[in-house]
Amino acid sequence: MIDKDFHPERTKNETFTQDEYMEMKADLLKPIQHIGLWGKVWIGFLIAVIFAGVYAYYLQETKSKYVTVSLRDYTMWGVYISNFVFFIALSMIGVLMSAVLKLTNNEWYRPLSRIAEVVALGAICFAGISIVVAMGRPDRLHYLFMYPRLQSPITWDIIVVITYVVASMVLLYIPMIPSLSTCRNHLSNMPKWQMKMYEWLSFGWEGNPEQWKLLRKGVKILTIMIIPLGVAIQTVDAWLFATTLRPEWDSTNFSGYFISGAFLLGTAAMIVATFVIRKAYKLEKYLTEMHFDKLGQAMVLMASIYIFFNINEYLVPAYKMSSMHANHLIDMFIGEGALMYWMVVLFGLFIPAILPLFPSLRKPLPLFVIALIAVIAHWFKRYLIVIPGQLHPYLPIQDVPESWTHYTPSAVELTIVAATFAGMLLIVTLFSRFFPIISVWEVAEGKLEGKDEIINYK
Amino acid sequence: MKKENEASNRRNFLKLGLLAGAATVAAVGTKNSLLADEPADEAGSKVKVETSDGKVVEVDSSMVQHPAEENLNKINVREAIPGKKFVMVIDLGRCANERACIEGCQSMHGMMAPVEYIKVKKMQDSELAAPYWFPTLCYQCDNPPCTKVCPVDATFKRTDGIVAVDSERCIGCKFCMAACPYSARSFNFGRPEQVVISEKKTCDDNHCCTTKSEMVGTVSKCDFCPDSGAKGVLPACVTECPNGTIFYGDELEDAVTNGEETFRLSELLKKRAGYRQFEELGTKPRVYYLPPVNRQFPFQDAEGPVNTKE
Repeated sequence: MIDKDFHPERTKNETFTQDEYMEMKADLLKPIQHIGLWGKVWIGFLIAVIFAGVYAYYLQETKSKYVTVSLRDYTMWGVYISNFVFFIALSMIGVLMSAVLKLTNNEWYRPLSRIAEVVALGAICFAGISIVVAMGRPDRLHYLFMYPRLQSPITWDIIVVITYVVASMVLLYIPMIPSLSTCRNHLSNMPKWQMKMYEWLSFGWEGNPEQWKLLRKGVKILTIMIIPLGVAIQTVDAWLFATTLRPEWDSTNFSGYFISGAFLLGTAAMIVATFVIRKAYKLEKYLTEMHFDKLGQAMVLMASIYIFFNINEYLVPAYKMSSMHANHLIDMFIGEGALMYWMVVLFGLFIPAILPLFPSLRKPLPLFVIALIAVIAHWFKRYLIVIPGQLHPYLPIQDVPESWTHYTPSAVELTIVAATFAGMLLIVTLFSRFFPIISVWEVAEGKLEGKDEIINYK
Repeated sequence: MKKENEASNRRNFLKLGLLAGAATVAAVGTKNSLLADEPADEAGSKVKVETSDGKVVEVDSSMVQHPAEENLNKINVREAIPGKKFVMVIDLGRCANERACIEGCQSMHGMMAPVEYIKVKKMQDSELAAPYWFPTLCYQCDNPPCTKVCPVDATFKRTDGIVAVDSERCIGCKFCMAACPYSARSFNFGRPEQVVISEKKTCDDNHCCTTKSEMVGTVSKCDFCPDSGAKGVLPACVTECPNGTIFYGDELEDAVTNGEETFRLSELLKKRAGYRQFEELGTKPRVYYLPPVNRQFPFQDAEGPVNTKE
């Protein structure tokens, strides 16, 4: 379809001399040219948190894990794994924003897709790191490649995560080539190495019709391919749990539950990212109220689907209350986990499903608050999926010390989790400092095709 | 230093024995009898052995390689004991929660409380049902959910029925622990007190060394002590129990023993209605339970928690 609308005379020259376009380019390149005090403070803060995490990991690996982490034989998987599941879910944001919207002709995706892809890349990288941090013997990481067993869901997970990292990078990079050439041609007063980097990364892009044709074709193929890959990564992630004989994970509903949860988290995270980038880089002209309006509507849809899967996951077994599920479910509904469970249901499911129904709450600030709360609730949602059920195995836990019957993440664990977040945010921040965080050509192309509503909601 | 020399002398002697055994043309199929304990005489004397087709023949003792001569340091966890299929039967009518099996196991494997490869749980199915003590350990399942999920083949099923863990291979992902519905597995978190004990623990004849449970950052569990079993030495949980609750044996021999009494496995299970825990999970455990009927003791509740120290 894109090929059919292809007009070489319109696109053969990327500088099509419209004042508006020059202005747009100047706006979108500004974050690269100038970094304010707060920008530096933010980067410094993130680096400090990462160093704290590295130190915490050093402590964990050099001191006894019995002391540094709160894991015991019954809760063998803690926040590292739930954080891994969170990041895997977050990585779905790229699939949703750049592929699903694009293929369904939701033209408003254009200024959002690159933000989504870089968040996805950051998330998937730190999902991988989270899982290594959780390993008892990280020094034997290479055994996964030396002695792989295909029947293990972990092997499937490694295959799909590595594929997704590569696919995310390619999907981020290929549509960025014209932007890199824009950077090369229009940025001045930049360090020499940075200009060299643009030169080298833009791979001799000239913007001739043949290159555009190849680019469009490549992007189209990647866009279609990333959808099954996104579904695969969520599914394999769900199977890590669903292939075990534990009552709390023994569910055929799990992959749909994970996919729908990932779409909801992706939408909420997109709202947060869009709001922050819009404010930080003053991009109100490009990330408009229309985007929040649309994202708010998308969030209602995604939350409704996720509620459906939650009903299947919790209420159907609760109706039967088989002794297999009862311990875990009662613990969630009225027991020790009840406070967290109902908070997550409220802030992670019902608020995102109901509040954005009101148009006044789809304005940037209120929607940002709703989405931020939802993102936090979704981190706890993964915590609830992974951790509390482990304390309700088939055979009762008896005669063990106090610390074996409860799990509260230790300071070391929480520091490392905080560092993974800081790392993900640092990737997004640094990316936006070196590359246009909004795709200049994709937005311009939308305008060229006479679709003014892409950036100007009327 | 002196000790080391002794050990190495012993080792050399054993090596010599193994070489002698290997050098002879071992045409006689010997059966590693667990129950009928035949003493290994010096070379030159005749011993009676049973061939695979059931005949008793007299051969030179040098032709018989007795399992007791095996050097425990040479145990390869990936190699099954040939001609064995280990099995266990636990008579719930005899267990009085005296915890001797737990302590025996802990000292044999050099594991510190609260890590218990064998646990004793109080089970009561409903308020009206009679409570009973339930010793539980790794069931060495024939359809093990734990080995399926291992990404590096660190835990695997052996032909002698054992589900073994190769501590040199384990990467510590703990997926096998998540997959085990019986919570039989334990992770070595490197608890400082435990590390001290592990360093002291030596691999001598009194310790079963099939699993190197002292490896920090890896998963371990009850290994059924197959290398002791092959020597005719019963696991500590069996010998320590004052009530003879636990029977250990070989499915191929169709016999189990608690050290004092020996039963035909098939008959025992038939007569006493032996069952396996959570049969519906399809894991096919190799541990059978005899229902808690005809109890030797009235049920007495535990006086309090034992494992209170963190």
